[in-house]
Parts: sequence; C-alpha cells; structure tokens
Amino acid sequence: MLAQLRPAIMMMVFFTLLTGLIYPLTLTGIMGAVAPSAARGSLLERDGVVIGSSLIGQSFVGTAYLHPRASASDWNAAGTGATNLGPTSAQLVADVQARREAFAAENGLNPDEVPIDAVTTSGSGLDPDVSPANALGQAERIAAARRADPTDVRALIADHVEGRWLGLYGEPRVNVLLTNLALDQAFPLAAGLASN
Amino acid sequence: MRDLLGYILFLGTLTGGGWLLADYMIRVYEGGRTWFSPVLAPIERGIYRLSGIDPDREQSWGAYALACLACNAVGFAILYAILRLQHVLPFNPDGLGPMSPDLAFNTATSFVSNTNWQAYSGEAQASYFSQMLGLTVQNFVSAATGMAVAVAVIRGFARPKGWTLGNFWVDLTRSILYVLLPLSIIVALVLVLQGVPQTLLGHVTATGLEGATQVIARGPAASQIAIKQLGTNGGGFFGVNSAHPFENPTILSNMVQALSILLIPVAFPFLFGRMVGDRRQGWAIFAAMGVLLVTGLLVVQLYEAAGNPLLGPGTNMEGKEQRFDATLSAMWSVLTTAASNGSVNAMHDSFMPLSGLVQMANMATGEVIFGGVGSGLYGMLLYVVLAVFLAGLMVGRTPEYLGRKIERREVTLAVLAFLATPVGLLIGGAVAVVAPQAVTAVQEAGPHGFSELLYAYTSAAGNNGSAFGGFGAALPWHTTALGIIMILTRFAFIVPMLAIAGSLIRKPKAAATAGTFPTHGPLFVTLLVLSVVILGALTFFPVLALGPIAEETVRLAGQTF
Repeated sequence: MLAQLRPAIMMMVFFTLLTGLIYPLTLTGIMGAVAPSAARGSLLERDGVVIGSSLIGQSFVGTAYLHPRASASDWNAAGTGATNLGPTSAQLVADVQARREAFAAENGLNPDEVPIDAVTTSGSGLDPDVSPANALGQAERIAAARRADPTDVRALIADHVEGRWLGLYGEPRVNVLLTNLALDQAFPLAAGLASN
Repeated sequence: MRDLLGYILFLGTLTGGGWLLADYMIRVYEGGRTWFSPVLAPIERGIYRLSGIDPDREQSWGAYALACLACNAVGFAILYAILRLQHVLPFNPDGLGPMSPDLAFNTATSFVSNTNWQAYSGEAQASYFSQMLGLTVQNFVSAATGMAVAVAVIRGFARPKGWTLGNFWVDLTRSILYVLLPLSIIVALVLVLQGVPQTLLGHVTATGLEGATQVIARGPAASQIAIKQLGTNGGGFFGVNSAHPFENPTILSNMVQALSILLIPVAFPFLFGRMVGDRRQGWAIFAAMGVLLVTGLLVVQLYEAAGNPLLGPGTNMEGKEQRFDATLSAMWSVLTTAASNGSVNAMHDSFMPLSGLVQMANMATGEVIFGGVGSGLYGMLLYVVLAVFLAGLMVGRTPEYLGRKIERREVTLAVLAFLATPVGLLIGGAVAVVAPQAVTAVQEAGPHGFSELLYAYTSAAGNNGSAFGGFGAALPWHTTALGIIMILTRFAFIVPMLAIAGSLIRKPKAAATAGTFPTHGPLFVTLLVLSVVILGALTFFPVLALGPIAEETVRLAGQTF
C-alpha cells in the first residue's frame, strides 16, 4: 500500500488541477466570451433592472398576470425544493383539491376543467412553464384586468407556446415570465391597475 | 405512439453511440493511437514520470486492487479536508460555512464511491471551490476507477494464461484523459449553449414585475453536470438536481444528458465483446441488460402517464416539470436508477408506487442493468459467473465461460460480492427502522414512509445516489450509516471481482467443443436475465412487499395517509 502512496498522491494532485481547475475555468472563460448571457444565467433586464432569468420561474399573484404553477419552495432560487409528497399522501390530495377550487374560482372555470399542471407542484419549485391549457384558461381573467380583448390575449398566449423538440420529445409549454413581459408590452397596465 | 417512437429513436441512438464508443475505447485501453494522442500523449508521459510509474509494468490482481484502494483513500482525504475547510478557501462568493463532520464524511464517501448521494443542498452548502476542486474531481476519478477496474476484470476473462491484469494507474489516467475529459467538454459546451450557467459570479438579486425580489443562485454548473452524467455520478450542482431549470433548461439539454447517463455503460458490453475476441459475447450481455431496462421503462411509463386518480385526471405531474411531463420524467427515472447515476429530473418520492418499485429493483439488483461506468459490467459479470454455475449444476458439468472453468474459488468470490448489496441494504435498513433516532427522518405515514427509508438504503447500497426527497437524509444517523454502506458496498464488489479475474487468468483456455454450453445465444441471455430477476426477487421481495407493493394495494383501495 505504501509503495502506491506516491502515485496516489501525485495523481490526485494532478487530476485535481486538471479536472478541478483547468477544465472548469477554461470552460468558464470560453463560454463567457462565446455565450455570455447563457453562461451567466440567461438574465432578463427591463429599464436597466434585472427582473429575473428567462429559465427560472418566479411568483405572480396579480390578476393581470399569467400565474405559474404552485411552488413548494416559494420560488426561492437560492434554496430549491419539492413537496416530495407520495401518491397516497392525504395532504397532497387535500392541497391539490384546494388548488383546483382556487384556480377554478379565480378564472371562472368548472373545477373539472382545471389542468393537472395547475394543481400540482413542480420538482424544482422553479418551473418556468405552464401547459397551454393552463395558460389559456387564465386568458379571460387577464384580459378583464387589462381591459383587453380576450381574443387578443389568447392569441398572444398561443404565440408563446413552445412545441415539442423534433415533434417527439417534451410537452408543449408556455414560459410565464416571457409571456407576462409580452403582455405588459402589448396591453400596458394603467397606473394603479397593477396592484391587484 | 409518439412516446414509443421517441423511446425507440432514443434507444437506437444510444446503442449506436455506445457501439462506436467501444471501438474508440478499445484503442484507449490497448495503448493504441487515438485522435487525441498528439496532444495528450506528452501529458500522459509527464504524469507517469512525476508519479514514478512505469506504464509498461503490469500488476497482479492484488497490486491492482491495492493501487485502486490507495488512490481512493487519498481522494477521500482530500475531499473531506476541502469540505471541512471551504469557508477559508477561495471561490466562495456567497460566503458559505464549512460542512459538519458527519455531513462532510457522508459527502466524501458518497463521491469517492461514485454514489453521489446528496445529504447536502448544493447551492446552500457547497462553495464553488468544493464543487470544482472537490466534487468535480471525484466525479472524474471515481468514474475512472470503475472503468479501470472493469477493464482489468475483462482482461482476466479475455487474456491467455498469465497473471497480470494491467496497470491501475495507466488505466485510470487513460480513462480520464482520453474518454471522460473529451466527452465532458463536448457535453458541457452544448449545455451552456442551452442555458446552463458557467460562471464564477455569485448569486444575483432580481426584482420581479410585481416588485418581489428573487435571489438566484448560479455558478460553474455546466462543467460539473457534464461529468456528473457521463461518469454516472449524478450529484447535482443544485439541490433539486436536473429538475432545476439551470441544470436542465430545455428538452435538448434533457436528451443530451439522458444520452450521457447511459453512453459509457452501454459501450462496456461491446468493449467486453471486442476484448474477449467474440463480439457475440458482448451482444449477449447487452441484450440481457437491454431486456431488463426496457421492461422497467414500460412499467414506469404506463403508471406515470396514467396518472394518479386521487389527484384528478391527467398524468402524474406532482414533482415533475411541465417541459418534461410524464414521459421524459419516467424515462429519466429508469435510466438514472438502472445506470447507478442517481441524478433526477423529477421527484421520485412523488412517483406512483410501482414506478418506485422499478426504481428500487434497478438499484437493488446491484446496478447491473448497464449500471455505473465500468461497475455495471463487472457487476453483470458476477451474475454471468453465477448463471454459468447454475447452468452447470443443471446439466451436471463443470461450468465454463469463455474457455475457462468456473470453479469453487470463483463462485465463492462471486457470492461474496453478491452479498454486499443485500447486507448493506437489508441490515442497514432494518437497524434504521427500529432505531428511534433514525425513523424520525421519514416524512410520510403508511407504506410510503417505509418506502422512503427503504429507497435511501437501497440507493446507498447500490451506489446510486438518488433519493425519495422527503427522507431527512441530513440526520447524522443516516449520514454516518449511509456513508459506511456506500464505501463498503463499492469496494466489497471491486475487490472480489478483481480476485475472480486474477484467478481466471491463471487458468488455461480450452477450445470450445460440441459439449460446450454456448454463452452468446438467446438461451444464455434468458438464463442471465432470470438469474438477475430470481436472485433479486428472492433477496428483496419480502422487503419490497412491505413498501411499494403494500402502497399500491392500499392505493387501489382508495386509502390515503
């Protein structure tokens, strides 16, 4: 064993430098130059203020905005987490039922029409997307709050639907933050209207 | 239908990729020239000279095992020290404190054993220094350890009579320089372009459209995620692993990572076939692994797509991301448990009971359904030894494999290695179930609560690293117990498998005769699959009946807890 100690130590030092320092730092340098926005977290700015990352979900509660899915970790992007509730959890069943009723009441829908992604929490607590059915179900409410034509709001949402990759993989989805930015641009909120 | 087509295309790409990679890897391990040789060969010679290694001097199985243990012991010591001292080391822009002794022990054993069980949360408890110079390094070294051992074990089956299995330091170095590092660079580049951060800047504070502030953690994530998938490590940069939109932002990033999880494990059976000089032998092992993988995939896909009637119509979306939905989450959960990877893109705790059963079965059989890089193949060779032994008993002949007699010594060693997982899982789990301090880690009532604990001990014993996240893994009892189990099961497999190879290589190779039981046809594949299923079922059925199977029966009765 002792005879193997010198190669063990030398090798570990060498690989620590190569794979622990040179590899990540070179990559950081190159990608920081090639794709600076992506390498730094795909941040979005409006009027010089960082409003979030296009990849990271954030909270929306106002009636004029598209609402994201429920987050188990309250949209904490520095300490993520899920409910981890199992399929036979009474608490999960109760939480889902409460969310279904709230979503239906808020958007004037029948509880049976509420899509499954609107009543469940995501794995990351930071899901940036909702399903097209979820987003379109909120269109009437958003239109009313913005005094806009529901057809126009639905059209804007439909424009923001991302399809499957290669037509095969993933599910169609709507990015909540990007859609809300577009809503603010297309149907600006009058002063004072945004608060609720 | 679309899901099925997607699976077929994915599995086809994976098989083709593994087949091509095996062609490259055989040149790497036989010392031939590769595309990278002009750049890497001088570096390789330099490190041998510095370390005092003669690359042409081969080792017996014992020396090979000692070198492997020494390398991992030093790696453990370095990683433990980094985690305990991260608060005084550089690259800590968010000012994180040191890990506690039990958590640092757990994390160090976890990464050295290629388990990558995470009792810590990356963004909150590991500095950039720890992530890069600690965890990323072990992602490479532990993966390369598995690959080196597998290649040595294959040599024991493949080479003519002799006594050496190769040189551990050479196999380790070549695994990292020629296989893991180039592949990681390619995958990391793709991931950054898809939106995975690669920056040394600390967290950023955003002000949302409604005025709420959100602190967003970032970091050099892409470089670590690439190797975490390719090396079947699985330890995430962020706590929620590949469900986090920064770890896995798009469908393309998901498919690239899913492919990376199984690429090297799929290459290994093909490498085996080429090294033993009979590709059909490699295809037979590939087929046995493939049958088990696809069976699990179909079960999980069916249950997750059908959804949970207690939550209303639709797929089982609790703990899943909208962009992945049921299908890509189901696929990932099977790949990651089959491959000893352990990264997740959806929360396994919230999967349907029988999906959880498949995940646990994949791990409990010892991670041989492609398994970890290298470790999956030497794990499956253990079952091969047992399968030809069983076949020999049935026909009353001395069992043979690839022209060599499988005798008492090999079977004894194989059973010894086989017992590592059940002993760690069943004894460790049983003690935890009756110890009052340990049981408090369980979140749920009813059979699902038992599944949470069972999953944790299965994951540690199988060196997988995924979890039912509701389980309080940070409890000192579990950080300590699971840490010990991870390290024991890892090396209780490696040492006996090297010993088997060392024993086989001393035997003469006999030519196949009409009386030789062929080990490349459908009959042998069936026998191998049945050996895995029956040995696994006999060992684990009772305990699985108390967890996922009990939960499924009460679920069908509409009961909740």
